[in-house]
Amino acid sequence: MGHATFVVRRLLHGAGVLLAVSLLVFAALYVVGNPVELLVDPQADPADIARTVAALGLDQPLWRQYLHFLGQALQGDLGRSFIHGEPALGLILERLPATLELAVIALLLALLAGIPLGLWAGLKPRSLAGRLIGAASTLGFALPAFWLGLMLILVFAVQLQWLPPGGRGATRELFGLPALSLSCLTWDGWQHLLLPALNLALYKAALVVRLVRAGSREVLGRDYVRFARAKGLSEARVVARHVLPNTLIPVVTVLGMEFGGLIAFSVVTETVFGWPGMGKLLMDAINALDRPVVVAYLLCAAALFVLLNLGVELLYGWLDPRVRESRA
Amino acid sequence: MSDAAVTRPAAGHRFPLLAAFAAGPAGKAILALLLLVLLAAFVGPVLAPQNPYDLAALDILDARLPPGSPAAAGGSYWLGSDEQGRDLLSAMLYGLRLSLLVAGAGTGLACVAGSLLGLFAGYRRGAWDRLVLALADLQLSFPALLIALALLALSGPGLIKVVLALAASQWAYFARSARAAALVEAEKDYMAAARLQGLSEGRLLLRHLLPNCLPPLLVILPLQLAAAISLEATLAFLGLGAPATEPSLGRLIANGFAYLLSGEYWVSLFPGLLLTLAITAITLAADRLAATLDPRQPG
Repeated sequence: MGHATFVVRRLLHGAGVLLAVSLLVFAALYVVGNPVELLVDPQADPADIARTVAALGLDQPLWRQYLHFLGQALQGDLGRSFIHGEPALGLILERLPATLELAVIALLLALLAGIPLGLWAGLKPRSLAGRLIGAASTLGFALPAFWLGLMLILVFAVQLQWLPPGGRGATRELFGLPALSLSCLTWDGWQHLLLPALNLALYKAALVVRLVRAGSREVLGRDYVRFARAKGLSEARVVARHVLPNTLIPVVTVLGMEFGGLIAFSVVTETVFGWPGMGKLLMDAINALDRPVVVAYLLCAAALFVLLNLGVELLYGWLDPRVRESRA
Repeated sequence: MSDAAVTRPAAGHRFPLLAAFAAGPAGKAILALLLLVLLAAFVGPVLAPQNPYDLAALDILDARLPPGSPAAAGGSYWLGSDEQGRDLLSAMLYGLRLSLLVAGAGTGLACVAGSLLGLFAGYRRGAWDRLVLALADLQLSFPALLIALALLALSGPGLIKVVLALAASQWAYFARSARAAALVEAEKDYMAAARLQGLSEGRLLLRHLLPNCLPPLLVILPLQLAAAISLEATLAFLGLGAPATEPSLGRLIANGFAYLLSGEYWVSLFPGLLLTLAITAITLAADRLAATLDPRQPG
């Protein structure tokens, strides 16, 4: 199977997943629930409701309704928000940069903290520090993220008053593009960004520690490491040139998949810290029964995840020669 | 926890698995922690100073008292009281029970449904196998939180819906593992012998295939339970779980959030500590169980 065939197959698979998701969301909206209740603002007057029912084609057979729903979605029409009165898709895309910024910074923090700690624990598993790092990573998995966020606010915003308890702070546009107005370009923005990013990073940092620790332990026993040592290379060089690169392959692939998890979990972090991203928009929409925004979020998140999975698979093949060979 | 601490059980022990689990100080400590959490959840509410679900027992004048304050009805609020005037310690014990029950029901349902689907797929193969696998892959390509959020956002809140949402976001782990085990086991001689006896397919699957596919499922079960407790708490925190009148731990923490900025820390702090303790105990027990069941351990 050539590389192009592989890419086309993955693209088709991604399209299939999106189609399945659209079918499931449609089923939840139209078959299980009452679409009039879900899609028409309950405060609208009866004439308005009747007009919307006709416009939505709710008297049509189900398969027609689905095709209509799909057609509208493909044109980017996911309905209008009851609350904001704007197209739901636009609202989501408007908040996307804030969420992506938070997720990317959290991922960088997780790597910056996780790789050195994991390497230390893997190289010196019997040392006190190695054991402590291992225990801390177990605790990192057990700590509920939303509660940790509250405790970060309690300690750093309420007690010590070092950092603000929420909000996004000042942003600046990168390259003058409104879509790239970022908090990490201003001092005030960083102060607002630090706690939520730490909160979101914790779980992934624990994961990176575990992956790097297990990976480096395994690699240390391999012949090529022993050979490198036998050649008389310094320990630092053995770690930097032989242990680390081979440890990082699983980290890259797992983190690629986990980036989707960061975006999903930003729903929680954004709610705790009042970070104005698409996760907070979703929770506000759920609480306000603003269904078109909920549906738009779900479809956008699904599309984002399919793209991410696709990207990771392509990256994986590029990083690991064995996978590349087996596909060629 | 060192791997060498897990020893094989002595032959003839009444509960060989339990004996192996509890061998050595690490195993005993984990077992004690697990028992502590279970006692707090299922005996604790009986001993609790107050019934936090009984609105008549609550005194709104006692709302938001710091830990150690005397209660109007006598006694003390050892861990303080919440904004409804509930004794926080009592609310936490009841909340832990609710959290464990909801998470346990969701994980149990996921285990039963997922395992049966997986067994069936691995045994029948062909089109059924491809269908189950495709559905499982679809579920696994989205984070559990997003699936549960989507279901609850579209169907509305309610405890039964939370249980269903937890099951829907977890079944694929069980299905995948049961399928993998069934593919291997179905090829073995005892299955061929049972098939030749002319047993019905249901009996073949449940009485012969299922028991031999259990070990990997037993390892996932507690891990998924820990994940489900965390997920349920998260959903409750977001306002999509237990009702406000019968708060689970996540809801209690959310209630405390409103008063956190004024420095009233206890309503969020203590339930979170208990939640972390419960998740840690179950996670450690899951790791221990996996090590105990691992046939590669020295015997």
